[in-house]
Amino acid sequence: MSERKIRILIAKPGLDGHDRGAKVVARALRDAGMEVIYTGLRQTPEMIAEAALQEDVDAVGLSILSGAHMALVPRIFELLRANGQGHVRIFLGGIVPDDDIPKLIEMGVSGVYGPGTLTEVIVHDLKNKISSELIG
Amino acid sequence: MDLVASLLEGNRLSLARLITQVENRTSEGLAALSELFPSTGRAHLIGVTGAPGTGKSSLVNQLTLAYRQPMKETSGRRKDPLRVAIVAVDPTSPFTGGAILGDRVRMRDLAGDPGVFIRSMATRGSLGGLASATAAVVQILDAAGFDVILIETVGAGQAEVDIARLAHTTLVIEAPGLGDEIQAIKAGLLEVADILVVNKADHPGVEATERALRGMLQLAHPVPHIFHHHGKLERVGTPPVGQIDQCDWIPPILRTVATEGIGIPDLMDSIDRHSQYLRESGEWQRREAARLENELNNLLLEALMSRFRTSMQEAHYGSVLSEVLARQLSPWQAVEVLINGGNR
Repeated sequence: MSERKIRILIAKPGLDGHDRGAKVVARALRDAGMEVIYTGLRQTPEMIAEAALQEDVDAVGLSILSGAHMALVPRIFELLRANGQGHVRIFLGGIVPDDDIPKLIEMGVSGVYGPGTLTEVIVHDLKNKISSELIG
Repeated sequence: MDLVASLLEGNRLSLARLITQVENRTSEGLAALSELFPSTGRAHLIGVTGAPGTGKSSLVNQLTLAYRQPMKETSGRRKDPLRVAIVAVDPTSPFTGGAILGDRVRMRDLAGDPGVFIRSMATRGSLGGLASATAAVVQILDAAGFDVILIETVGAGQAEVDIARLAHTTLVIEAPGLGDEIQAIKAGLLEVADILVVNKADHPGVEATERALRGMLQLAHPVPHIFHHHGKLERVGTPPVGQIDQCDWIPPILRTVATEGIGIPDLMDSIDRHSQYLRESGEWQRREAARLENELNNLLLEALMSRFRTSMQEAHYGSVLSEVLARQLSPWQAVEVLINGGNR
């Protein structure tokens, strides 16, 4: 009965309305047995951090197609840490130039999954990273 | 610092963590529940239920906005707005155990308000419209000092009535075009309503929906009325007192358009009147008693079941089960054999 469910927040910061990718990932994580909190479009970093706190999630998945990832991601990390949630993973989907990926990983992003990524890869990565923390 | 102390000081991360512990039934979570239980029983628990797509989340959003307005001066002086917690339940997939919890999508107006706390819950296999841990999570929020706790069920059909055993006030949300009059007289969801809301009242068919609900209510609570029948005045009285339940609360039917905030002040008034009625009639205590008894019974059932299963040899259970599968024992006989060791 006391099985620990992995809880993931899927959010879409920024102003564009393309949430197909976010929905596909949410659905894939659901099918992998996770509880996915889906917050919808046009979230500010403050809204994302607040939802991550209230829902006590293990990871936050961001779908960013606007090119604003280098501004949004550090801000969300900062807010999560300020709330005492430094342990929460962030992973990204959407359009991210290759050059930015190493910088994002450096910031602490756990994975960047562009178009064409198999959903199995995302599920596998998350399960590995989060369950190793839970055991440790 | 320990989670309970920090929760009582108003730390929101501790609250969120503790809810997770309670949902996962860790020993820490159960210990915290026991510690916090004496400080529960203060919040007004409001259930919001209805079929999928009737607008439950949007209404919860609007009700919370209304509760967060400073209270009117009519009550003497201006008081601080009430603190509101929301528990939004969505279904767990029976196949994968996963869930998509999407109620926050309709509640974005509430972001950034420190007097609001929203928590999404998956049913985790429980039927009845709530998760089995919902009652416990509500207790944590109650102890954390929220004045109002809005509990939104999964999109409920006809028999998901657990909410009425948990909440003080149950709102049943309908929308135009979901069913004919025969749906309205069936047993179940509509019977548990303290307040009936016809949401999406700007859609066609709202009159028919309201008429069906009103007809259903009049069967349950007859009122005397006079009408023309073939040109003659007919008088229909109520049955003599004692033949019908003496009931001093007749569920009001209200129209709302949640996305626009239309009808919300009237709905708030009805909720307030219901809360006042509960307190003045003694019904509040009766519902509290019924709720706690129900919770106790559920836990007892679960504990007895698990004790029974651990005390029984798996092989014995398996052999009885295989006799049932072979149609040699009926399930009723099998229970008799398992519990009393009866003959077969």
